[in-house]
Amino acid sequence: MSDALEIFASLGLWAAVLRIATPLIFGTLGALLCERAGVLNLGIEGIMTFGAMLGWLTVFEGGNLWMGLVAAAAGGALFGLLHAAMTVPLGLSQHVTGLGITLFASSLSYFIFRLVVPLQGTPPTIVAFQPIDFPVLSDLPVLGPTIFSQTAPTYLAILAAIVLAWVLAKTPLGLAIRMTGENPHAAEAQGVDPIKVRIGAVVAGSALMGLGGSFLTLSAFNSFFPTMVQGRGWVCIALVVFSTWKPGRALLGAILFALFDAYQLRLQTVFGKAVPYQVFLMMPYLLSIVALVVMSRRARVPQALMQPYRRGER
Amino acid sequence: MRLERREQRAPVLVFAAPVVAVLAALALAGILIALAGAPVFEAYQRIVAGAFGSRLSFTETLTRTTPLILTGLAAAVAFRARVWNIGAEGQFYVGALAAAALGSGNVFALPGFVLIPLLMTAGALAGMILLVVPLSLRLRFGVDEVVTTLLLNFVVLLFVSMMIEGPMKDPLAFGWPQSVPVVAEAHLPKLIARSRLHIGLLVAVCCALVVYVIQTRTVFGMEARAAGLNAPAARFAGVPLARTFLKVACLSGGLAGLAGAIEVMGVKGYVTTDLSPGFGYSGIIVAMLANLNPLGVVAAALFAAMMFVGSDGMSRALGVPSFIADVTVALSLLTMLVALLLTQYRIRK
Repeated sequence: MSDALEIFASLGLWAAVLRIATPLIFGTLGALLCERAGVLNLGIEGIMTFGAMLGWLTVFEGGNLWMGLVAAAAGGALFGLLHAAMTVPLGLSQHVTGLGITLFASSLSYFIFRLVVPLQGTPPTIVAFQPIDFPVLSDLPVLGPTIFSQTAPTYLAILAAIVLAWVLAKTPLGLAIRMTGENPHAAEAQGVDPIKVRIGAVVAGSALMGLGGSFLTLSAFNSFFPTMVQGRGWVCIALVVFSTWKPGRALLGAILFALFDAYQLRLQTVFGKAVPYQVFLMMPYLLSIVALVVMSRRARVPQALMQPYRRGER
Repeated sequence: MRLERREQRAPVLVFAAPVVAVLAALALAGILIALAGAPVFEAYQRIVAGAFGSRLSFTETLTRTTPLILTGLAAAVAFRARVWNIGAEGQFYVGALAAAALGSGNVFALPGFVLIPLLMTAGALAGMILLVVPLSLRLRFGVDEVVTTLLLNFVVLLFVSMMIEGPMKDPLAFGWPQSVPVVAEAHLPKLIARSRLHIGLLVAVCCALVVYVIQTRTVFGMEARAAGLNAPAARFAGVPLARTFLKVACLSGGLAGLAGAIEVMGVKGYVTTDLSPGFGYSGIIVAMLANLNPLGVVAAALFAAMMFVGSDGMSRALGVPSFIADVTVALSLLTMLVALLLTQYRIRK
């Protein structure tokens, strides 16, 4: 049993936490932004896949890593625009449209990838983001190798959480987004155009999801392969509920989740002989379900979530 | 520009919607085929020829249609009552696993006509249980079943992997992770000799007819529909909501589980982690293309199967990745949503 606890003493575990958390932070923030404006975006899984593919492809075709990030965000935004166009002005079912976007975006990702990279033994690789070497900070004991030796997108994710928290809580734009998510009719009466706010929020949120996907191919790994997102998008949707729709808690939730994920990976090496590895791999998904059940009573859902807004129609 | 609700839905529009949607999806996918540098019309010709052109391809397409009908029905019955069952993929696998687990040893030496229905029932039951759990979480705790059923798909796939590498591993499979095969009595009789087409297709079509009758001719069918259209009004009218949703979940999960059991008994004979190339997810598209009509599901499943089977040969001949089938089918879901909207609303300047 002490072996299981000793894992917590290893720096490797804590260094892995922020790395595993990064795509979840981006994805959760993106989904949170959409939902705060009243739109459930189940396109997330496909949008993350598309971001992973497009970001990787941009670098593979000669772009630099930052161009890869921009491309992934733009690709995500494009699918966000499609989701918004169908669910906001047209008011189509957010559930079904989102699933359709996921199926479309992921199959399109595989199609484009296979078109550029024909089937071969080992997938081609790129040179991914390297850990940043901060002067002084990276050499600190404990904090250095865990917090100050991450790659650039990880710090971008944390920054995104802070910015989103500030925008939602402190700015007129954030107020407009929250009003639209709670009561679009009241927002309209206050001179806010709910349609525009929702479209904007879904597009921006989807760009964040695209960034989250691209972290997988531009930093965590250096190649793209189908089904690499592995349900991370759905985990993000669960994390939004866990975070009670607050960016700060979304950051915390993603980090806690990542800590658990990093821990179970290392636990496999301790108990791997006695317990099949699949049991450990199931844990994160089961934990997400448990988190949903625990939080469901306390969560305060945006009141107009999933309710289409049509002017003059109640 | 704005949308104005039509006073009534013309029946001709409802029939035209899927046709228009599919044509629009084919046109959009045609752009991708052209970008891949292949002749668009020839590509579609080859897809149709690859799906229906020969006796072998035609039976293959019908073999692929079978699970799609069942997962399509699973989605259709659930969505009609607004039970968002996105877990058909997982239910398919537990159904397959149940059939393989019970069908690998015929302890009581049952004849096929007893064993086969028994294994189908076992598969359906397994699928039911897998959906009743997340639905109970919704009824008891208000947890959205979309996310829980989606997450369970991943859990189930890992569970399948664990079983076929562990207790259910076939010792004669040269180390490949696959389950022990079902006994010969559990193999579904072939519908056409020297092909893979089995009687599962008839079972699936019968299920579509039964679901149609349930939905149009029974109290439960009406209650499920009312619960989906307007739950508070249905409750007010005396519909027992919780019980109705549970029954819907049993029907939906059962159909998806049955699909898995049939696929094991009819095609492969054993379970692997690639038994389903996304049948559960494609079922959602099939259901939407059919506008949730159980009889329409059969036609929509045939279309999806045609795309999947036909694109393989086209891909080999023209070098267009066969993922074009997935793209086209997914696109047809999105175009269908818009087409359906236009049957309800008209666009006014």
